[in-house]
Formats: sequence, structure tokens, C-alpha cells
Amino acid sequence: MKIWFKRYLLLMPLVIWLLIFLVFPYCYIFIQSFFETDNFGKTIPGVSLDSYKRAFSNSLYIGTIFRTLMYAVLVAIICILLSLPLAYWIAFKVKKNKTFMYTLIALPLWVSYIIRAYAWKIILGREGVLNTFFQWAHITDKPVEYFLYSTFSTIVCLVYILTPFVAIPIYTAFEQIPKSLIEAAKDLGAGSFTTFRKVVFPLALPGIISGGTFALVLTMGDFLSPLLLGGPNTLFISNIVQNLFGTSNDRPLGSAVGILILLLIFLIIAIAARAEKKYSSLKSDAR
Amino acid sequence: MKSFSIKNFFVSFSAIAVLLFLYFPLAVIVLFSFNADTVSSFPIKHFSLKWYSVLFSDVELLRSVGTSITIAIISTLIALIIGIPAAYTMHKYDFKGKKLIDKIVLMPITLPGIVTGVAMLSFFPFVGVKISLTAVAFGHVTFLCAIVVTQMLARFKRLDPYLEQAAYDLGATPSATFFKVILPNIKTAIIGCVLLCLVLSMDEIPVTFFLIAGNNTLPLEIYAMMRRGITPEVNAISTLIFIFSTAAILLSLKLNKEK
Repeated sequence: MKIWFKRYLLLMPLVIWLLIFLVFPYCYIFIQSFFETDNFGKTIPGVSLDSYKRAFSNSLYIGTIFRTLMYAVLVAIICILLSLPLAYWIAFKVKKNKTFMYTLIALPLWVSYIIRAYAWKIILGREGVLNTFFQWAHITDKPVEYFLYSTFSTIVCLVYILTPFVAIPIYTAFEQIPKSLIEAAKDLGAGSFTTFRKVVFPLALPGIISGGTFALVLTMGDFLSPLLLGGPNTLFISNIVQNLFGTSNDRPLGSAVGILILLLIFLIIAIAARAEKKYSSLKSDAR
Repeated sequence: MKSFSIKNFFVSFSAIAVLLFLYFPLAVIVLFSFNADTVSSFPIKHFSLKWYSVLFSDVELLRSVGTSITIAIISTLIALIIGIPAAYTMHKYDFKGKKLIDKIVLMPITLPGIVTGVAMLSFFPFVGVKISLTAVAFGHVTFLCAIVVTQMLARFKRLDPYLEQAAYDLGATPSATFFKVILPNIKTAIIGCVLLCLVLSMDEIPVTFFLIAGNNTLPLEIYAMMRRGITPEVNAISTLIFIFSTAAILLSLKLNKEK
């Protein structure tokens, strides 16, 4: 009894903290999504599906969820395409200073989000680095307006911020491939591209899927990139939630949309986990 | 053989291009922080330290740095105090619900910040935490727990189990064992973890965004400056943040690798 008590005494502060400041808040927005609002925007407790009905019937909500999902898929694909050569190069071509190269990919992850987003503002701006460079080099004679404050700049920023998240699991997957398998493929006469397509890529697929999932999920939940770099027509679902809790002040609807985002993310993670399992079975077949 | 080397060149070339893509924006910020002009245009005509002196006389900005440092220190301390004993228990014993705690503690990192932010905004007033800097600190503690617990669990796993056994055999009490044997052995890991927590707290936006009232933290002050228009002062403060956080992270990575 005494030992049992001591054990839990050490664990309890964390458990209590997480319950009060994390689990209860999550439960509360679930409950709040069934509340109603009166004409003055005041939240009235109750049990109603009104918010969900509104979320599903208005294309501003349901449409934006799907549009954001499309953007997220695009961001994930670009991140994977950028990560593949980088991860491949460090895993198979770089012989010296591998740890240093790995640190180079991981480091931007830890650099302040706001700084990395701000960088694109001075690069893509009307009088920014890229436009003035183009004019200086006589590639264009007028500044390109759509570089900044557009969906384009938002996507560029998200790709930039999320690429390290995708590159790390892909690199780890490449590193885990036994070098003997690659040598065997080469000995049997496969070219380097065939080896990549038939040996390296299938074996690294679980890593590629988990990297892509990171990009997908993080884009779904990002509200800062669109806020900082987006144009008047750039609307991501997180910005709608942020507005519903801010200026629009419709917390039940905001909670409902938030719950829908969470459900979609859980679905994506579940599908990805199944796909990872399915393709990692290749590994045991290859024994 | 020739086509092989072309392919090789292509892989190296695209990899280096991606690496440049990752570092080009940071290089631009650092470079343009020394630009004397108000507009960040290419090419730079005059170099100067002007924006750094503007920065050090910006009262609002300096105050936000103070706010951020205070919040980072307080929330890191609380996260360590509740996180390390919990990680120690989770490492030492098997019990029901351990996996669940493992999952829950990671939620602030795995779930989107926007949902965590609005959830805290909605619920905190019910437990008497008004939307204020206190709420921000509490929100930070919650996500820093994820860092402390995972980092410390990883460290405890690498700890020699005979160390503890030897202490008990020599008659040490459990608390003496923890404070005199275990703690000194995980000291470097704790320092590494502290550095990581400080950097993450100083940079946090999604949760802070919803819980703040009045005084801004550093990233939110930068956000406000950006909304007011681009001032090269942001380049200067960004360069300083970049240098400090890179140094802290590299040191933290190094400390975590030590035995």
C-alpha cells in the first residue's frame, strides 16, 4: 500500500496537470460544439446539432475544409519530392560528416516559426529580394505582384517550414536499408535508377508515408502561414476557426469546425498507419 | 559508366539545391539585417549596424523579450518539476494506463496547435485561469511536459540499472538514491532538456496567440511589427534570435548525446 502510494505520488502532479490543462479543454470544446448562440453571439449551453448542420450546409466551412485538404496534399507531395534527393544524398552519397549533414536538416526545425515565415515576406515582397533581383538582372521590368500575399506564397512558406519534418523520416528509412541489398541489386546488373525504383523506394515507403503524413496534418492545423503570407482570397480552415473564436465570436460553430478538423486528422493518421504497416511487410518478405 | 556519373551529379545537385532552399531564407535575413536601407531590395548598397541600435532602443520590443524570458523560465521550471518524477516512475514501473499517459502527454505536439489553442482559451477561465500571461505560461507548461517526459524517459533508458541497485545495496534510501545517484548522472540530459524547453517556449505562437491579453511575448511582438509593415528592425531581432536558438539547440543536442 505504501509503495503503491509513493509511486503514484510521483506520477500524480503530471496526470493532474494534463487532465486540467489538456484533457478537460479538449473535452470542453467537444461539448461546446453542441451549444447554441443567441442573436447577440452569446453562447447558450444546450444539446443541439445546429453548429454541425451549419458547418456541413455552408460551403464556407465544408468547402474550405476540402480546399485546405487539397493544399495539404499538394504541400506534402512537394515536400516529399524535395526530401527524396536530399535524404538519398545524405544517406548514400555523403561519406564524411554525416552527423553534421543530418544536423543541417534538423536545425531549421528548431528555428522560430515567425522568423522563417518573415523571411519569405522580405524575399517575395513587391520591393523584396526576388523582385528587385529580377529587375536588376533584367528578367522582368515590373515587380511580380502575386509572389506575396497569395496562396502561392502561403504554399511556398508551408513547404519551406515542413520539408525538414518530411526529410528526417525519409532519411531514417534510407539509413535502415541494408547496404548489402543495394549491392546485391547492383551485382545482379540493375542500374542505379532501377535499384532505386525496385529496392530503395519500396523499402523506404513507410518512411515516405510517415513524412508525408506529418506535412499533411501540420498544414491542416496551420493558421499562421495564411495569416502572414496569404492574400485576401487565401483561406485555410484554421483561419476560419481562429475567426470564429475571435472577431466572429461564434464559439459553438468554431468548436464544431475544430472537431471536424480533428476527426479528419485522426482519419488521415489511421489511413497512414495502415498504409505504413502494409508496405513495411515488404521488409519481412525480403528476408 | 558515363551515364552513371551524370545521374550521380544530378542527385548531388538537386540535394544541394534543396539544402540551399532550406538555408537561403535564413541567410537573407542575416544579410539584410546589415542593410542600411529601409527597403530590403537587391543589391545591398550600404552596410550598417543601424537596425541593431534601433532595436536596442525599442522599449516595446525589449519588454516583450523580458516577458518571453520570464514565461520561458517559469514554465520550464514547472515542466521539469512535474515531468522528471513522472518520467522516472514511468521508466521504473509498469502500470495500467502507462501507454495512455504516454499518448496524452504528446497530444500538444501531435494535435494541431489551433485546436489546442482554442480549447485552452475556452476552458481555462473555468478553472480560474484568466486569459493573461499566467494562462500563456500554463499553456507552455502543458506542451513542455511532452518534451521533458520524452527526453527524460530516453535518458533513463540509457542509465545503468546497476547504479540504482548498488545504491540500495549500500543502504541508501529511495530519495537519497534519486538525489545523490540518479540526478547527478542525468545532469547533462537535464541541462540539454532545459535549453530545448527555453527555445521552444520563447518561439511558441499557436497557443500563446489565443491565451494572451495585453503584454506581448517576443514572437507575438514580431508578429505585430510585421502587421504594421516590414521594418528592417525585424531582420535584426530575427538574426539575434536565430544565433541564440541555434547555439542553444546545438549545445542541447551535444549534451543529450553525452553519457
